[in-house]
Amino acid sequence: MFKIIHAEFIAPGIKRFVLDAPRIARKQKPGQFVILRVYEQGERIPVTIENSDPAHGTISIVVQSAGKTTQLLNSLNTGDNILDVVGPLGKPSEIEKVGTVVVVGGGVGTAMAYPSAAAFKRAGNRVISIIGARTRELVILERELREVSDAVMITTDDGSYADKGFVTDKLRQLIENGTRIDLVLAIGPIVMMRAIAELTRKENIRTVVSLNPIMIDGTGMCGGCRVPIDGKSEFACVDGPEFDAHKVNFEVLVQRNSMYRDAEQKSLAEYQRSTAKTAATQPALANEAEKSCAVAQRGNR
Amino acid sequence: MSPTTNHSLNVLPLKERMKIPRQQMPEQPADERNKNFTEVNLGYSPELAMQEAQRCLDCAKPTCTDNCPVGVKVKEFVELIVAGDFLGAAAKIREDNVLPAVTGRVCPQEDHCEGKCLLSRKVKPLGIGYLERFVADYEQRMGTHLIPNVAPTGKRVAVVGSGPSGLTVAGDLIQKGHKVRVFEALHELGGVLVYGIPEFRLPKQIIREQLDYMREMGVEFETNVIVGRTITIDELMHEEGFDAVYIGTGAGLPQFMGIPGEHFNGVYSANEFLTRINLMKAYKFPTYDEPMVELHGKDVAVIGGGNTALDAIRSALRLGARKAYVIYRRSDAEMPARAEEVHHARDEGIDFQMLTAPIEFLSDGKGWLTAARCMRMELGEPDASGRRRPVPIKGSDFDLPLSVAIMAIGTTANPIVQSTTPGLGTDKRGYIQADNETQRTTRPGVFAGGDIVTGAATVILAMGAGRRAAKSIHEYLTTGSW
Repeated sequence: MFKIIHAEFIAPGIKRFVLDAPRIARKQKPGQFVILRVYEQGERIPVTIENSDPAHGTISIVVQSAGKTTQLLNSLNTGDNILDVVGPLGKPSEIEKVGTVVVVGGGVGTAMAYPSAAAFKRAGNRVISIIGARTRELVILERELREVSDAVMITTDDGSYADKGFVTDKLRQLIENGTRIDLVLAIGPIVMMRAIAELTRKENIRTVVSLNPIMIDGTGMCGGCRVPIDGKSEFACVDGPEFDAHKVNFEVLVQRNSMYRDAEQKSLAEYQRSTAKTAATQPALANEAEKSCAVAQRGNR
Repeated sequence: MSPTTNHSLNVLPLKERMKIPRQQMPEQPADERNKNFTEVNLGYSPELAMQEAQRCLDCAKPTCTDNCPVGVKVKEFVELIVAGDFLGAAAKIREDNVLPAVTGRVCPQEDHCEGKCLLSRKVKPLGIGYLERFVADYEQRMGTHLIPNVAPTGKRVAVVGSGPSGLTVAGDLIQKGHKVRVFEALHELGGVLVYGIPEFRLPKQIIREQLDYMREMGVEFETNVIVGRTITIDELMHEEGFDAVYIGTGAGLPQFMGIPGEHFNGVYSANEFLTRINLMKAYKFPTYDEPMVELHGKDVAVIGGGNTALDAIRSALRLGARKAYVIYRRSDAEMPARAEEVHHARDEGIDFQMLTAPIEFLSDGKGWLTAARCMRMELGEPDASGRRRPVPIKGSDFDLPLSVAIMAIGTTANPIVQSTTPGLGTDKRGYIQADNETQRTTRPGVFAGGDIVTGAATVILAMGAGRRAAKSIHEYLTTGSW
């Protein structure tokens, strides 16, 4: 059992949890994730660690309501427990001084990009952060990213906050302005990461993406998270989750992540039916805008 | 009772013993069991067990024990069954084997004890596995486990992995008075016994009972700890104060063939397929949340000929597969699976496509598997494994329609512990180097055994390694010399 020390919504449908997990807190490095199981009948889902506090023995994660498991998670509050949390998993981000790093966070991916942005800054890089969200209220971690970035650029799909457009527009702008970029780290929906990869491939800018395939054990045992990298099958859980964006076969990633779409929808529908009564007394978890942003999550769990 | 053969409790003349036929294991009818996950074998009754036990020839030099990786004193426990002392027989087995209810079910006895049984020269060998299972189950039903009372040594041992080898080490060392803590990466204890071997071959309740017994003896368990990630071997020894560590992390990363189409939806590794079913209970979706691809009315094939392959395809059949194939590139004679499992699988209606191998997977154009393009093979000269090498027959290719294909062609070493433990020697395939007798690694105080040392093998061989390691760890802890 892992106790939730603190839980709060940081945007509609997006909740931050601080968990009591001393062993994980001590070891966590930017780019790593945990796998968690909410309750006895629950599935195992990977969630990136946003931050950790080794002194207090806590880690924080940011979860966006999408499928049943994330909705269930986001119905939990301070003092509740999560049955299983294991990690930290995956290789940490390769943090080194390279010069100028552009960190791109799309939707809830912003929370996953944040610890890496902070680490790149600490390593002595010039950090430019680009945050993209569908709408104003879904822009998260702006203040935190400003603290660790030399510049922050924000786009919203509907133009309700900052500039209307997509994160790729901002990156293209930087390139066109002749900004020297040594590395791009992009974390967000697959479509976004693929678009970033296409853009930087032409410019020959080294680009790293954090992949989000379906996983079970997270230790390499099941092979469910395999993705073709430069034509060779790699396991995102042990070989990743970060890979050279220009070598990733995004098409296969999209296809494999859709494997359980029908089951996920069925699961969600049943969950929503079963909670319909109590839902009337609680604030709605997900509106249409959030649902369309939910692809940023690791899978539609 | 006397341990000498002259005072055997079996009064039947040897000639008469040879006349008793091997008592058949009662089993669920094939056309019923292929639709459920209840155990195939139903177990001996006391009468059947006593009848079977009488067949033992009381050999002066029992080769059965010599060929048991954990050295179970077969003759002695069988004699106790003849005398009707089933609890005594169970206790006798437990002196050497902490998981008798498990090995009585999944051990390939034909390769070990029964394979060397003197009876098998003339008639069928003694049903040692069936007898072991009988007394273990009897003991469990009676609920009278003996909890050994031993003086604590004050030494602490960390066991990495709660599979058969880790549990053996834990069970042996706790009985020597050492404190033992077992770390498990998954949320449930038991390793491959839980995520790999299906319910119809090894009911999970059996493992839970064995674990309860270990807890009673004082073994501590911690789930959700991935040694190498959550904590390192060095931290266990230097910060958490463990005097010795045993690494039994087991089977590794699943191999794929590297043929086109292995990423299509519907292609699974056997590890993933079995984990979804056994550990995550995906077949109970949506009561359980973990999904799996629908198998009902679908055509399913497993690629490979080992026990894992059979476990996977027999599970698929039970989940409603219309056709269930084993695609194996060699012939029956080379199949590594246990003979009993092959026999059970055939009875259940599994279609064995022998001397056949896939060369490509085909899809519907949207990423979903529709067929395997296969080639027929013939056997050529023996290869490095000593088995005759399969050679493709030109022009023999054909398409086998499939919705699900399960790859069960072996594993490679999981690198997590090795890559985070400085000074821990590995072989060129990445498995941990450990001495064959002492299970010592190249790091003082660190021992290893089971699949992470040998590559994929069997439950009993992993337990054998655990046994040797426990003996050697005990020596190390009491003498302090490495």
